[in-house]
Amino acid sequence: MSTEEKYVAAVYLVVFLVLLAYVFIIALKLQRLERELAELAELAVKQREPDRKAVAVG
Amino acid sequence: MGAALALIFFYAPLDEDGLNQKIFYIHVPIAITAYACFGWGGWKALRHLWKRDERADLESYVAIHLGVIFGVLTLVTGSIWARYRWGHWWVWSEDQLVLFLVLFLFYCAYFMLRYSLAPGPQRENLSAVYALFGVVLIPVSVLAIRLSERFIHPVAFDRGGPNMAGSQFLTFCVAVAALLALAAMLYHLELAGKRLDERLRELREALQ
Repeated sequence: MSTEEKYVAAVYLVVFLVLLAYVFIIALKLQRLERELAELAELAVKQREPDRKAVAVG
Repeated sequence: MGAALALIFFYAPLDEDGLNQKIFYIHVPIAITAYACFGWGGWKALRHLWKRDERADLESYVAIHLGVIFGVLTLVTGSIWARYRWGHWWVWSEDQLVLFLVLFLFYCAYFMLRYSLAPGPQRENLSAVYALFGVVLIPVSVLAIRLSERFIHPVAFDRGGPNMAGSQFLTFCVAVAALLALAAMLYHLELAGKRLDERLRELREALQ
């Protein structure tokens, strides 16, 4: 590989790696949001259950 | 992006710059994309201040964030090209390089300002005003090379049009379109994530 080819490869590699890192960070964030959504859905179900029991007893 | 890469490596002819010229097809479109992101961020900041559009603050922030990422790529790819062509990573006497660095650092400071204030209308308004000030630097940075009497940075476009062959210009245009489309996709992706985060926070507060 000539010096010229190395410089061209370095440029394209840097662009690829930076964009890959950005997409990876966004993907991690979306995973965290998915986890939070699942937790909130669970919390919402738990909050609704005592109400249902209260209605059944009453 | 695939079409742009195929044109860059298999279609566009080499000129006197040799293989190193392939860097031009990625470096300049990335710089244009960075300018476009900063410009879009400025436009959204104006919308926020003018129309009181509630979503505009977040849109401005995301656009500037992407602009800074493309700004980093512009500086790094330009430095690699300069190292090979000029023998230096950076040349302080080059107006366009220094002005782009000033623009980049100006928008880096945007995040320092934004995160030094508590969330609320004050932060949104100050961030919008700051983003609008930055837009003034964009034409100065773009025109610096033409205003300068002494320069070594190559000029791809002048008053006579593009300084390149038709096939090279086509490749360049496709590369610009590809980078702008990529930036638009990343903008919507990040914006969707931020909005979802905001909604989840509101939902959590409502549930607890």
